[in-house]
Amino acid sequence: MIQLSHLQKLEAEAIFIIREVVATCEKPVLLYSIGKDSAVLLHLAMKAFYPGKPPFPLLHVDTTWKFRDMIAFRDQTASRLGLDLIVHINEEGVRAGVNPFASGSRLHTDVMKTQGLKQALDKYGFDAAFGGARRDEEKSRAKERVFSLRSGQHRWDPKNQRPEPWRLFNTRKAPGESFRVFPLSNWTEKDVWDYIALENIPVVPLYFAAPRPVVRRNGAWIMRDDERMDLLPGEQLETRMVRFRTLGCYPLTGAVESEAANLTDIIAEMRASRSSEREGRVIDHDGSGSMEQKKQEGYF
Amino acid sequence: MAALAKLKGQPAPAGQPHPANDQGQSTEGSARALLRFITCGSVDDGKSTLIGRILYEAGAVFDDQLSALDSDSRKFGTQGAAPDFALLVDGLSAEREQGITIDVAYRYFSTDARSFIVADTPGHEQYTRNMATGASTADLAIILIDARKGLLPQTRRHSFIVSLVGVRHVVVAVNKMDLVGYDEAVYRQIEQDYRKAVAGLGFASIDFVPVSARDGENVTSLSGLMPWYRGPALLPLLESVVVVAEAEVEAGFALPVQWVNRPDLDFRGFAGTVAQGRLRVGDAVAALPSGRRSTIARILAPSGDVSQAGAGQSVTVTLTDEIDVSRGDVIASLAHAPTAQQELRARLLWTGEAALREGGEFILKLATSTANAQIVRLHHSVDIESYAETPAESLAMNGIGLATLKLDRPLAVLDYARSRELGGFILIDRLSNQTVAFGFVESRTARDKPRSVAEAGAAGRAVLRLVGWRGAQERRAWFEAASWRLASGLFVFAAVALPTGQWALAAALGLGDVALRPLLKGLHARLWARRAPPALYDGAGI
Repeated sequence: MIQLSHLQKLEAEAIFIIREVVATCEKPVLLYSIGKDSAVLLHLAMKAFYPGKPPFPLLHVDTTWKFRDMIAFRDQTASRLGLDLIVHINEEGVRAGVNPFASGSRLHTDVMKTQGLKQALDKYGFDAAFGGARRDEEKSRAKERVFSLRSGQHRWDPKNQRPEPWRLFNTRKAPGESFRVFPLSNWTEKDVWDYIALENIPVVPLYFAAPRPVVRRNGAWIMRDDERMDLLPGEQLETRMVRFRTLGCYPLTGAVESEAANLTDIIAEMRASRSSEREGRVIDHDGSGSMEQKKQEGYF
Repeated sequence: MAALAKLKGQPAPAGQPHPANDQGQSTEGSARALLRFITCGSVDDGKSTLIGRILYEAGAVFDDQLSALDSDSRKFGTQGAAPDFALLVDGLSAEREQGITIDVAYRYFSTDARSFIVADTPGHEQYTRNMATGASTADLAIILIDARKGLLPQTRRHSFIVSLVGVRHVVVAVNKMDLVGYDEAVYRQIEQDYRKAVAGLGFASIDFVPVSARDGENVTSLSGLMPWYRGPALLPLLESVVVVAEAEVEAGFALPVQWVNRPDLDFRGFAGTVAQGRLRVGDAVAALPSGRRSTIARILAPSGDVSQAGAGQSVTVTLTDEIDVSRGDVIASLAHAPTAQQELRARLLWTGEAALREGGEFILKLATSTANAQIVRLHHSVDIESYAETPAESLAMNGIGLATLKLDRPLAVLDYARSRELGGFILIDRLSNQTVAFGFVESRTARDKPRSVAEAGAAGRAVLRLVGWRGAQERRAWFEAASWRLASGLFVFAAVALPTGQWALAAALGLGDVALRPLLKGLHARLWARRAPPALYDGAGI
């Protein structure tokens, strides 16, 4: 009997889910957010359809405030793998001048991410969107299905989710409804890094410690990635050895001080850490239950 | 992370031969590597509190989550200023407000000895399907019993569902021992009652631990308050449980085809996850249900080309011949191919809002195949309190019964006891798209008694049609139906007797109505049942 390792089991499960979507949905898309989870998801999608290519495009909802390194990595990844990449920006939001400083994290995330995502899904008529979310990230995500049904208005109804026994996914939906699909549901942060190390998957360099220009703001180290970020009175730009555990909009993503400049050190540091990876995310702290509310409104 | 270290030695270039995969690679080896378990119990037995406590004690709760817990506990908690560990797992606002668990929550943690995936499942009967979902992938179930209350109907129901979905190991956590003064007699009584209650369910092991989840007694280390308890604390017990391996099937592989991979004219591969057995390049195979034969030419695993693959691996295979194979077909070894069946006997766990009725038509999804299915017979329902099989005409939500289903095309199936992949299915309502049942294929066994309405003999049948079966879960419905029949008979009697004054004729017609109407209804239902359901095509969003 061939014994599969923990990672091989997770890999097989994710590939099964990805293929199931392609076999049963009409127009899938992979939500590519450039982070480590997206990197793993994309790697699995490449494996699932080998020797062919994944029969769906990548979609990045660009808030225009991502780290420059992320954008470069995104374009490079799409061309390296020869995949279609759709970049969508909520132009209404840009015209209205929404940004994380003046508008606040909550409004910025809602307009540029949630509304932007809904616009893109509607514009192209995607009926299934892969996301790299994991259940271990956050309490309301722990309740999420693998195939998460969304209404025509992209709403999530957490009280009325379909049961998913075994690996049998009920993939039927009414016209207008769509699925958000999470092949990495059962992966933990540690699994993701172990798999990246094992498979040698390229990730954005921001995950590795390097000297970077940061300021201390609201108790977090914020990297000043371009001139759009003004320094407040009393703030001082300093160069520190930092890295990021998760990646989002740069003004909303706190760095951690670290010397971990390679995968082995990152994995060792993560094991010793006493805080969760989302601690650096400003948007998660907008009140308890805020993730659930954002998800109900259509956020991933 | 021995698994990783061993794996790291293997190069994994896609498309290259990968000899390392040809040795049965035992990277985890021991049956103790990963334990998937669920917690179940009645409302307020303290399931979420127990899991929160285990997560906390196992160091799986981060500092920022603890500080969030502190502020949440003051807002929603039931423990005053002390942290309410249930709030670590009850992630939905509705759950926090009401202090109950609605949906399954999956949590991941590990100790030095083992990694765990735990599904915290709801206790409310209304959410039984979520509990069954959590159980369907679990190796072990922790059944919580409130020491003050002892065995409840939910305890028996959960134990039955846990055994139905094939969980072989049970740990009974007798919780809230602090509220009964850590009394050994209370614990012993519950142990005795539980063993008696589940004697027929066939668990491989049943362990008992007296705990106080709130105070953490006997959770990670032995409590000084219950010196009479000689066993291990709960977490060490979970670390040491050896899971009974499912029967190893080497001969006779089965690969349900999930997707046909045709990137160009030169490649036509069949992608899927191996359901059972081991396949090798050169094996003679049959495609089911057509029975067409071929030979395996190539096997592509996630790591590249391999010469063999086993259960649980995701693969893409190519065949030496151009035979017709599509999604939903099963590629199986020629020598041990499962039979394709168009009629299934299966246990059903009904999860639909509307009750199951004979004649109902649904979409059945088993492995990767989809078919139209009609419930032609409901043989019996199972009384979840006595586990007795009771003849029944319908199954209400959360009811369990044995039924015969007729499919519009043959599917390759195995008994659920032999294969979860080829023996477990779901039924989907074609209008609402809701999942209305979990199914477990079960061939006829010797202990089955002919108990369906149709098999009860002509005289018995007439009586049964008249009064209905008294299935335990259908008692209310039965009384309603009986009183309606009586009322409609009385109405006929009155409608004839009052204008005509012929009391005898009126009585005869009234009685005739009571007797004949159900018979006519039955015949009418049969007539409709004969109409063949429309054909379904694969990939049509189903």
